[in-house]
Amino acid sequence: MANVPENLHYSKDHEWVRVEGDTAVVGITDHAQDQLGDVVYVELPKPNEEFAAHESFGSVESVKAVSEIFTPISGKVTEVNESLNDEPEKVNQDPYGEGWMIKIKMSSRGEVDSLLTAAEYEDFTKAESE
Amino acid sequence: MNSTNITKVTTHISHNESLIFERSQPGRAGFMLPALDVDDIPLDEIIPAQFQREDDLAGMPEVTEVDVVRHFTRMSTWNYSIDLGMYPLGSCTMKYNSRLNEKVARIAGFANLHPLAAEGEAQGALQVVYELQQHLAEITGLPGISLQPAAGAHGEMTGVMIIRAFIDARDGREKSAQRRTMLIPDSAHGTNPASAHLSGFTVKTIRSTPEGLTDLEHLRELCAHGDVAGLMLTNPNTLGLFERNIQQICGIVHDAGGLVYMDGANMNALVGVARPGDMGVDVIHLNLHKTFSTPHGGGGPGSGPCCCTKELEPFLPVPRIVRTRSGSDGVDSPVFSLDSNYPQSIGRVKAFLGNYGMMLRALSYILTHGYDGLREATEAAVLNARYIAHGLLPDYEKPFAAPPMHEVVFTDKRQARKGVHTLDIAKRLIDYGFHPMTIYFPLIVSGAMLIEPTESVGRQELDQFIEAMRSIAREAIEDPELVLNAPHSTRIGRLDEAAAARKPVLRWKPVQTASAAD
Amino acid sequence: MRYIPNSPGERAEMLQQLGAASIETLFESIPEDLRLREHLNVPAAMSEIELLKAFDEMGARNQAAGRVSFLGGGAYSHYVPTIVDHLISRSEFFTAYTPYQPEISQGTLQSIFEFQTLVCQLTGMDIANASMYDGSTAMAEAVLMAERVTKRSKVVASAAIHPHYLEVAQTYVQHAGIELQPSLYCGDTGATLPESLEAVDEQTAAVVVQSPNFFGCIEDLQALSEKAHAKGALLIVVVTEAMSLGLLRSPGACGADIVVAEGQSFGVPLSFGGPYVGLFAIREKYARQIPGRLVGEAYDKQGRRGFVLTLATREQHIRREKATSNICTNEGLIALASTIYLETMGRRGVQEAARQCAQKAHYAAREIAKVEGFSLPFSSPFFNEFVVRAPSAASPLLDKLAREKGIDGGIALSRFDSNRPNDFLVCVTETNTRAQIDALVAGLADLSKAIQ
Repeated sequence: MANVPENLHYSKDHEWVRVEGDTAVVGITDHAQDQLGDVVYVELPKPNEEFAAHESFGSVESVKAVSEIFTPISGKVTEVNESLNDEPEKVNQDPYGEGWMIKIKMSSRGEVDSLLTAAEYEDFTKAESE
Repeated sequence: MNSTNITKVTTHISHNESLIFERSQPGRAGFMLPALDVDDIPLDEIIPAQFQREDDLAGMPEVTEVDVVRHFTRMSTWNYSIDLGMYPLGSCTMKYNSRLNEKVARIAGFANLHPLAAEGEAQGALQVVYELQQHLAEITGLPGISLQPAAGAHGEMTGVMIIRAFIDARDGREKSAQRRTMLIPDSAHGTNPASAHLSGFTVKTIRSTPEGLTDLEHLRELCAHGDVAGLMLTNPNTLGLFERNIQQICGIVHDAGGLVYMDGANMNALVGVARPGDMGVDVIHLNLHKTFSTPHGGGGPGSGPCCCTKELEPFLPVPRIVRTRSGSDGVDSPVFSLDSNYPQSIGRVKAFLGNYGMMLRALSYILTHGYDGLREATEAAVLNARYIAHGLLPDYEKPFAAPPMHEVVFTDKRQARKGVHTLDIAKRLIDYGFHPMTIYFPLIVSGAMLIEPTESVGRQELDQFIEAMRSIAREAIEDPELVLNAPHSTRIGRLDEAAAARKPVLRWKPVQTASAAD
Repeated sequence: MRYIPNSPGERAEMLQQLGAASIETLFESIPEDLRLREHLNVPAAMSEIELLKAFDEMGARNQAAGRVSFLGGGAYSHYVPTIVDHLISRSEFFTAYTPYQPEISQGTLQSIFEFQTLVCQLTGMDIANASMYDGSTAMAEAVLMAERVTKRSKVVASAAIHPHYLEVAQTYVQHAGIELQPSLYCGDTGATLPESLEAVDEQTAAVVVQSPNFFGCIEDLQALSEKAHAKGALLIVVVTEAMSLGLLRSPGACGADIVVAEGQSFGVPLSFGGPYVGLFAIREKYARQIPGRLVGEAYDKQGRRGFVLTLATREQHIRREKATSNICTNEGLIALASTIYLETMGRRGVQEAARQCAQKAHYAAREIAKVEGFSLPFSSPFFNEFVVRAPSAASPLLDKLAREKGIDGGIALSRFDSNRPNDFLVCVTETNTRAQIDALVAGLADLSKAIQ
């Protein structure tokens, strides 16, 4: 069973969000990386790019698939995980830790509340796979 | 011993052969040219030093002819090939590549002919193009034709651009701009949407029905918006099923002001039996390297002629080959020439006339078969596919009930319960001496295995294939690990493709340079 | 039909096993009114004897194929070692498919890896793909790639590029929102002058230039590269006579960002224009924007080295309409021929062939220029092709030369540009002997005298 940490927020596109002050850290879930298989490349935006909620900010590639990644919340990118350029496998190994993708300065705190809780996300993935 | 008893292949002699660059020794040479017979002027006097190479071609190999012959002969033994046995890749039509066709392509009068030779001195070559055009027009029922496209995807691009040019001319640029949607079924080859995109169209996907056919309701719905330029349809579709509503499909698209493009990848199911032109199709590409047996060559060259209706003919690529004198009086020979005076043409899609060598082979194929042989090949291809469909039914899941044409799709649904997936079955098939089928395509079928035997396989070999597949199905239950770790008989095992993609090494480099870079 | 293994009897048994009454019933999913009632209107089957006779006869009607030839213009007569055709004719190579199953395709895969390496070495670039259809489509793909890389929409292309290549590029970009602007070449030197690239600006994705260009003139790639890069545009270099890479400074060393070439010169017969092989090489930083197949090194669990198709997520079968190109095939067997050619000739053989081309071409140019009324209109240095200006219209002169002297003396440029009635393009390779060149010179002198 995929790991779904309690303290995070989740989107139906299989991204997670961790709130750190007014910054949101975004990555893809354990379930998503498992579905994708070995990640070989992660395409990320540049700092200072702005995104609306649910907009695509990049893509994750496995050997034979490409998936777009969407930011669950709107705001300006403050930092991207450059280390994924050399070690994209971190997305598989530690999706909630070293496999994080971007940090966003949130433009609206309220957006986080509309995301799924860990329990809701677990139900969602279960329903989706049935 | 029964001839259908299947035995697994054993590993055979497999020479190690390093890269040619690793074999290279300074001073070795594999060439000899005549001595220069004109004045040997110091190079700097004819080409200024600033324009000359500075690297002395460092790193290029220095080997003898014997080294090269052994190098490639050894490497060749690592390949599976049609001449070795059944190559049941669905949608690829891996049929026998006749040596006679190869001989024809090497006739000096063709092989040594320069593409810009004067037309009057290349009449035989132009006649080949013209005759092949006539035959392909007859086979497809579509009279307009260009042999210029170099491959299937290139023919697709040509066909879709013709649709666009036609609509631009019919509706005027402004109105035509409202028609930028290309409909493509979810089961289509990836080249279809890519070609549509290249021609400036937005792709909308049509669903397939549970029976594996185009969903007419969805098609009607998508056609209702008035923005449809066309439909790109493969028929038989990529599930190996004939779209029996093809006339209705064409009617719906035509009524909505669009045109129908047919991907001819699966023409091996139709030649001599039915013609796309009669079905209402407006434009099609053929794959000479599939249906007409020109060799796949490890990934090319292909040739992708584009055939269309009379109405679309003015938009075909230029130059076109025309017959300016028929020669039917029996006194004079026919005369052929190149004509570029078609102002509505989409333009040129390739330098010169296309992959001419493939045209020679395809014409040779058609003439060797004749009208009855062409039909016979189609019948045998469909019969073989049907035979496999029948033989695998007890052990593998067949997702669509309808009888297949020239190829059949199965899935790994039953084997997946034991953790054995399509990829594993494919790899295990190698141990039985067969090339695997097409896997994970079409994308709409989970765990798809698309099997196309072609007409070039005899009954014993079909039986062996069926027996191999059934044996793998048993292994999947009794000894899944055996299947999961296959192949066991090859020179190398499964490669770590993820690592290869993460840190791509796409060329050889001298060792010292590589370590310096590290 | 002798290519179909199953006999009619076996087919009947198979039908019976399927419970099918006849072959016709296998086609029942095709509506009856669509099934052909009569046979196709194509000839009846021919035996091998009849077929070869028919093709031999058609082949014999290509008189140009047997001539002493000085035709170039994008397709070249070079020496091809015998083993090239022998090796590509091995079943294991020519009847194999795209190497999607690496365990049983290492022969194809390793040879492509060697091909990619050789293309990088010759062009002076970092990465090369497994090949494109030909030089012309490779150039069109390079233009599309430049737009993706720079997100700019204007492309300035030298008018001294092969006319067919320019036409193909125009076809490819017509719906891609790319504006193709021609830049003029100098009427005296025959080369694209850096100063003529006035149109290059901040909206320009790339400057495209051929060297040696269509007139045979060597372009100053270094200067053009600086001009393009100053505005942030890429430099795309096109090579139609790949043999020139054996002698001329590589486009990579001159600052090119993308190099495309026609590889026909390396071991591929003229074959009336195809199949040839497009070479496509780039700088490493654009790896994910390159079109076409790529082969990379990989290892199995036991640490054995192998090769595999890689970075496939760029391609149409995965990314569909968002792919870097719609291309699916490469020119596998032709790329293999080029690989075998380059390895057989090797470092010294390619250099020697290139040197002989240049020496013989310059000899021919010197001798033709001595003939009364003939001149060389362009002053730029050239490799093995050059433009000759005849005292009268070139086209009838060349026709006469072919008919009366049995020599194809060149390509009349009036076929491409009506403003050049007297000019023709002469190409000389290592296969042309001094005697042939002397005969060409004598023939031109003789005929032009007769015309005057």
